[in-house]
Amino acid sequence: MTGAQLAALAVLGAFHGLNPAMGWLFAVARGMQERSRRVLLGSLPPIAAGHLASVAIVAALVSATASLGAARAVGVGGGVLLVGYGLWRLLSRRHFRWAGMRLSAYQLAGWSFLMSSAHGAGLMLLPVLLRGPLPAGAGGHGGHPVAVASAGAAGTPGAALQGLAAAGVHTVAMLAVMAACASVVYEYVGLAVLRRAWFNVDRLWAAVLVAAGAVTIAVAA
Amino acid sequence: MTRWTPDPTFYPSPRDAAGAPAEKLAYVAAFDRSASRPDAIAVIDTDPGSTGYGRVVGWTDLPHVGDELHHFGWNACSSALCPTAPHPHVERRYLIVPGLRSSRIYVLDTKDDPRNPKLVKEISAQELAAKADYSRPHTVHCGPDGIYVSALGAGTGGDGPGGIAVLDHTTFDVRGRWEHDRGEQYLAYDFWWHLTRDVLVSSEWGTPAMIEDGVNPDLLLGREYGHRIHFWDLAKRTLVQTVDLGDEHQMTLELRPAHDPTKEYGFVGVVISVADLSASIWLWHRDGGEFAVTKIIYIPAEPADPAALPPALQPFGAVPPLVTDIDLSVDDRFLYVSCWGTGELKQYDVRDPFHPVETGSIRLGGVVGRVAHPSFPDEPLAGGPQMVEVSRDGRRVYVTNSLYGSWDDQFYPDGVGAWLAKVDVDPEAGGMALDPRFFPHGDEFRGLRVHQTRLQGGDASSDSYCFP
Repeated sequence: MTGAQLAALAVLGAFHGLNPAMGWLFAVARGMQERSRRVLLGSLPPIAAGHLASVAIVAALVSATASLGAARAVGVGGGVLLVGYGLWRLLSRRHFRWAGMRLSAYQLAGWSFLMSSAHGAGLMLLPVLLRGPLPAGAGGHGGHPVAVASAGAAGTPGAALQGLAAAGVHTVAMLAVMAACASVVYEYVGLAVLRRAWFNVDRLWAAVLVAAGAVTIAVAA
Repeated sequence: MTRWTPDPTFYPSPRDAAGAPAEKLAYVAAFDRSASRPDAIAVIDTDPGSTGYGRVVGWTDLPHVGDELHHFGWNACSSALCPTAPHPHVERRYLIVPGLRSSRIYVLDTKDDPRNPKLVKEISAQELAAKADYSRPHTVHCGPDGIYVSALGAGTGGDGPGGIAVLDHTTFDVRGRWEHDRGEQYLAYDFWWHLTRDVLVSSEWGTPAMIEDGVNPDLLLGREYGHRIHFWDLAKRTLVQTVDLGDEHQMTLELRPAHDPTKEYGFVGVVISVADLSASIWLWHRDGGEFAVTKIIYIPAEPADPAALPPALQPFGAVPPLVTDIDLSVDDRFLYVSCWGTGELKQYDVRDPFHPVETGSIRLGGVVGRVAHPSFPDEPLAGGPQMVEVSRDGRRVYVTNSLYGSWDDQFYPDGVGAWLAKVDVDPEAGGMALDPRFFPHGDEFRGLRVHQTRLQGGDASSDSYCFP
């Protein structure tokens, strides 16, 4: 992975972490119910784990399957999927609900997994995962999409591991931002800030998915 | 419709909601008892600085007759901020308005012209029956993941079981019945929840056949109306526990859980005891692992000259209080209790919910008293304080006077009339005083009877909160 890829993965992770709907608000709610900072902080790892699982599936699959030859197909196909999924998120107003408020750590991780998957969190990483370092023979065609794994390693368990590492970087960034948001709201700001500052991330999210898909197609085609 | 920022009428906690700005409009369900004209939503100006203050300033007539509008509610509320299913960018703009007799459900849009809400959807009785197998929709609550509507009867006929149907909160389609396992629950009426504890509470009135032609004395004295409350797992949708208040306590109606989401108690009103015609308020609370109920308020019947009583009450020589509605202020401090028979609105300080202290009383109407409003002292009033609605800041209370068409006729056979009174409250010290400037009544309601009031932006019985 290049430095730019790592940075992009981290930025996307931070973006996911900012969204109250993706978990930190749940952590704040649990902390407030029990009036316990420990409960708040303890809720974050399961939420991050669920998110990691959702993202890792996509990342590992893409990294393990995308060879230089398959990159174009994966790029175009993935791009179409992203645009379609983004548009569906934009237009769909059906609400997701999985369980109640009293969750065990495992249930919380499951909730986070489903919430992340329903939002297409893993898909959003496609453009980053598909833009790898340029292989030697591709120097003249700068910008060709290649998997995160180097060309020689594509399709191997090692490549899949790299995909998982990408998901890991993304999740660590997300967890850091989540923890910061949750702590600041819980300790200092108070929930009233939600009414002013909670801009519609879902709409933005869907727009980002569409844009990411378009970029992926443009680069791959 | 989605917004870029959360709907400004949503509040994460009851404490925040108590600081909400005052409502400018109130919506009131009004119905034609003869079922020859359409029912309507009347819109009242509640802005003291406005020239129309205390007057009916708008109407929305419905397209059919015979609905009998009763309770209604908002499509979305503060529960949209709850973390299990957060979607705070929806708008509180649609009123979900059931017809208790027709089983139709109307959806009215208040956004473009709040004084004349526009009908945008109609759910037929057939759709409700086909998809949820329910009829006679009653109470509406905006849940985190959909709109919950209780119903008194099964899809067809006049029997039960009644229960809860869920509507999609964007398309308003009937999604289906809520219950996965209802156990022995059969009678339905009100419901509400402790959202953060995954607990739903439901109460009991009677099936359509037991109530639609008026109070049936045989059923009442046979102790066959509802006398239990049910506790459900809100996430699993299964009945967990049933508590019986005792069969002399007939009709466990309105449920008012504490708004503070860290608390697990609430109040339920009982209309009448067949032992002595008294009414009572009970507290449900956790006692170890299970819920228990405790009687906390006893309101005795008032002796009266039989000649002054309607035929239904003459054998008893007394007026029962008939507690038909209660409402809890958003700060969980004051409980308002309407005694529709004696014509009294009571206020209790319930900061210690086990030991309420009466802090105020107002008399209006009543079977015998017929107490007039101070601004119209020459007009004796029929009916009594019935549906109570408290503003979010706890400073204003609105009461309407009709209970239910056929029951109105039994207790007020010479006509129940129509009136809406406003009470001013000191939220610190307690106590109540009628607002002399606010009393729409009589012809202002065009001959329709008025039932429930909903306040623009939400009120004390419209929203649920997930954060303390």
